[in-house]
Amino acid sequence: MSGAGNREAVFPTRQSLGLMKLKLKGAQTGHDLLKRKSEALTKRFREITRRIDEAKRKMGRVMQIAAFSLAEVTYAVGGDIGYQVQESAKSARFRVRTKQENVSGVFLPAFESFTTEGNNDFGLTGLGKGGQQVQKCRETYARAVETLVELASLQTAFVILDEVIKVVNRRVNAIEHVIIPRTENTIKYINSELDELDREEFFRLKKVQNKKQRDTAAQDAEIIAKRKAGEQKENDRENETSGGGDILGDDEDADVIF
Amino acid sequence: MAAPSSAYKDRQFLAVIGDEDSVTGLLLAGIGHVTAPPDNQKNFLVVDSKTDNAAIEEAFERFTTERKDIGILLINQHIAERIRHRVDSYTAAFPALLEIPSKDHPYDPEKDSVLRRVRRLFGE
Repeated sequence: MSGAGNREAVFPTRQSLGLMKLKLKGAQTGHDLLKRKSEALTKRFREITRRIDEAKRKMGRVMQIAAFSLAEVTYAVGGDIGYQVQESAKSARFRVRTKQENVSGVFLPAFESFTTEGNNDFGLTGLGKGGQQVQKCRETYARAVETLVELASLQTAFVILDEVIKVVNRRVNAIEHVIIPRTENTIKYINSELDELDREEFFRLKKVQNKKQRDTAAQDAEIIAKRKAGEQKENDRENETSGGGDILGDDEDADVIF
Repeated sequence: MAAPSSAYKDRQFLAVIGDEDSVTGLLLAGIGHVTAPPDNQKNFLVVDSKTDNAAIEEAFERFTTERKDIGILLINQHIAERIRHRVDSYTAAFPALLEIPSKDHPYDPEKDSVLRRVRRLFGE
């Protein structure tokens, strides 16, 4: 039977057939929608990967320039400022905040850099000499960090989108390869069961009809026989009143009628 | 799916694991932050040839999982190379992990964990 395959455990009734048909329709609509969502996300995803590629290259260049400006500082100050800088770092001037962007129902966070005014940990760096270079270097690095922040947003979006696309695709595939065939199977099963029931019902009706016909035929025969018998009696009575001479002939008549 | 906004609402700092020059430069840009006195946690780690991998891993762990106020973690590529297995297995969205070039080690896109994922996805 077609119900032998993978199907849901339902009773084969017309009601559940209707339910299954609704479910199949819903699954198909959902599949279409999810497929479209997945396509929209993938489009976005490709765009982001392309931009990541560009940004990474840009980052390489920017960091090179920044490193060079730091070398200038080392040269101008005439010594290593690393230790001094590390020790005087207290509170971040350059910070990031996150904002959200909505792509087909997925929230993609993006970083946005901002500088808090008013605190400067490195006021004394390069005080003796090379102050200008230090200033320039700070600006260069600030620009570099901005590029890095931009890249980080892209990368975060990439990671999240990657995950979401996987989930969406898994859903699309689940609907396409599991839910829809299963529902179709169930519908087929219910249909075949209903047909079977129909055939049984038909056969039963036929049987009942046959029996009824037989019964009515028998009843008719009985009635006719009774009527005949009644007539016979009357005839007999008549015959008796008129005279018993014709009994034999009547009997013969009756035989002919039956 | 989409991370709840609480997961990144107060992530406002950048963290660095890098060689001395990279860290100095980034600190000059103003990303350095030291938390309030009791624990005095810095958001940067200077790595040189004497730093062992365990220390790097510990800092990586601290910046990525323990601290909840770091939005972006910058790490020099040649240092990422030393703890490559950790970097590659790191897939969380926050904090964003970014491999940056250093002065002595030019940037190599082939080694970047994210770019490798990009390449794998597009079957190149």
